[in-house]
Amino acid sequence: MAALVRHQGLPMSEAMAFGLAAAISFAYLPFIRINGLPLIAYRMPPRAIIKGLHRGLELGMRFEKFRSPERGMARLDALLDAGELVGLQTSVFWLPYFPPDLRFHFNAHNLLVYGREGDEYLVSDPVAEIPVRCPRKDLEKARFAKGLLAPKGLLYYATRTPRIPDWARLGKRAIARAARVMLHTPLPLIGVRGIELLARQVERLPLARGGESGGDWARLYVGNIVRMQEEIGTGGGGFRFLYASFLQELAAATGYGALDRLASRLVEIGDRWREFALAAARMIRGREPLAPPALAARLRALAAEERQFFRDLDAAQRAWAC
Amino acid sequence: MRERDVPQEGNATLAGNRKAVYAVAEDGRLRIVASRGWEAEEIVTRQAVEDLERRAQAARARVLAGQASPLEYHMYKARMDLPLLSQTTGLWRWRVRRHFRPGVFARLPLSLRRRYSEALGVPLEQLDKVE
Repeated sequence: MAALVRHQGLPMSEAMAFGLAAAISFAYLPFIRINGLPLIAYRMPPRAIIKGLHRGLELGMRFEKFRSPERGMARLDALLDAGELVGLQTSVFWLPYFPPDLRFHFNAHNLLVYGREGDEYLVSDPVAEIPVRCPRKDLEKARFAKGLLAPKGLLYYATRTPRIPDWARLGKRAIARAARVMLHTPLPLIGVRGIELLARQVERLPLARGGESGGDWARLYVGNIVRMQEEIGTGGGGFRFLYASFLQELAAATGYGALDRLASRLVEIGDRWREFALAAARMIRGREPLAPPALAARLRALAAEERQFFRDLDAAQRAWAC
Repeated sequence: MRERDVPQEGNATLAGNRKAVYAVAEDGRLRIVASRGWEAEEIVTRQAVEDLERRAQAARARVLAGQASPLEYHMYKARMDLPLLSQTTGLWRWRVRRHFRPGVFARLPLSLRRRYSEALGVPLEQLDKVE
């Protein structure tokens, strides 16, 4: 995403893009199930992130979806030939450069295409450190994968050069938005209350279900939480470190020192998330007995810490005169 | 997380890729550090993969015992489940479930086989075999 902004001529780090889009969040979505396990997200959905950034910077973002794969691929070719940098939503399962163990039917992956050579596309993907190539057939399949959150060939690109923004004004607004989502979303699934709800679910996990015993189901459920937290996306700790980096950068760009202290606190919260992941992983491997209530207690503590953190962040934002 | 605490435990599921992690450097600033992997992450990824493999092997046993069609095996092999296969092929779930019966599957017309082959990424001639 940051690369899209840079392509339009405005230097921007990934953390800054993430923060300005108010992308940090938490959502527990029991009605979206992947292989029977609920979706747990630590950030806003990709489209909301892109839109959030677009709103602040006036990028003239265009989104296009397609019914037919042929038209979708033809449009991608046309945009690339015109020198555009194009973002795509894809499934990860059909991308050949993905490590085999990470290939699941997860449809909300985002990558950038910056060119093509013959039948291969040049792809910049957050998973790979260096640019990769992807054959046309595979990319088509990945873009038009079916199922939950089906991408339907979604592509997006920027049409305008952003102005040099007023970092303080934009940052203040983005922080207010993030705090509002975390603290005041009217649904109990989103934000801090989502973490508490997840804690309740974890607490109630049965140690035996159907014909299984020994807590296989509970282990899979807990493993799923950790995968959503660490495997998906950038920076570890469920994007908490990435957001902390944004706060530091914003503090440096605007000279508002209160954000620096808040960033350090968020780093500590990110560490707590990692400790939760480690504790869960040890239980999954059977190095420690499986104890859902202990994990639930960690989640509750995290919810309390994040509630206090976002309240203080919101207060800092209000006190920020700019 | 401090920079020196960034795990470099060689997560096999990353297949040699490194992963960007944000960590605090000596000067207190967050920086991007490349991580070769973390054990906790490897455990949960392996767990998910192994669960799917277990389902595929169970289906394989049923196929060999004549209780299921190879389609069920290929579905799990492609890391799918019934709702997903149904959505990918555009067939009703009960139809897909019916095709899990060996007798029904054996008489499947070519057009439906093509659809499954396309959806699962399995070549047509592989579709009625379990390796």
